[in-house]
Amino acid sequence: MVTNHSNSTNPKVDIAYRRKKNAEDMKHQVITFIMTLFLTLVAFFAVAYDYSAWFTIPFIILLAVIQLIFQLYYFMHMSHKGHEIPALFLYSGVVVAAVTILAFTTIIWW
Amino acid sequence: MHVEEKLTAETFPASPERATLEGKNKFLGFWLFLGGETVLFASLFATYLALRDQVNGGTPASELFELPIVFVATMLLLTSSLTSVYAMYHMKNFDFKKMQIWLGVTVLLGLAFLLLEIYEFYHYVHHYDHKITSSAFGSAFYTLVGTHGAHVTFGLFWIVTLMIRNSKRGLDLYNAPKFYIASLYWHFIDVVWIFIFTVVYLMGMVV
Repeated sequence: MVTNHSNSTNPKVDIAYRRKKNAEDMKHQVITFIMTLFLTLVAFFAVAYDYSAWFTIPFIILLAVIQLIFQLYYFMHMSHKGHEIPALFLYSGVVVAAVTILAFTTIIWW
Repeated sequence: MHVEEKLTAETFPASPERATLEGKNKFLGFWLFLGGETVLFASLFATYLALRDQVNGGTPASELFELPIVFVATMLLLTSSLTSVYAMYHMKNFDFKKMQIWLGVTVLLGLAFLLLEIYEFYHYVHHYDHKITSSAFGSAFYTLVGTHGAHVTFGLFWIVTLMIRNSKRGLDLYNAPKFYIASLYWHFIDVVWIFIFTVVYLMGMVV
């Protein structure tokens, strides 16, 4: 049912509090966006500047993983309460994904 | 609380997407679906990584891809992720009009991304003769990137349908979970694109 996070019985007070909280949350989202923008630029520049592949490939994959975490925990709200089961579902998928990619890139060849 | 009860900004719950049992079920079911989607895309990524050097005499990835187009596409999709966050921000504040406007911006950015991708595929086919039947690389590339493009197309139809269907109804606890889940899907599409631009395009440019 309705989950009010403040103890006030006056809805007007409650709404002011919630609006403030939502605005604060939105500020974090914008910071997340600026961070992902920055990480994307770094990845493109790393490739454009032609460093050795031994450095560039692990580096850009690391940047992608950091962006993934930002997206999941901020844009998709996984940092909020009540996301234990969604995390279980998603990470189960990630485990299968990692094993599949590992198998295809190491023990299978053409 | 009844799902179609007329609500005001004061009576609208803090987490409208999970205020009803139906909303809770949608939320949980959708995350299970996203776990499955992760596996689906992983299988396509794995296939691409295994086959990306098998060009069958055609143009290799490093000569095919152009970073500026990929960069613009990435910016479009990344920005559309932020605009859908803005839409959900206004949903939580019970501001239906602003939510619709931001969803509209999200759709336009998604559409621009899709058109750019269609142009890109057209360019590959006509200037490099890089087709889905040309090589194992071609098959793996178009299947992976094309499946993502199909997800973008589906997402656009989904969001537009929700916007039109609910345009006169306004926000209630019946449609709030629907909007929330569509925005989750849109973020997931962006997450997949992060890995496509990294693994397919950027790694393709690194020789």
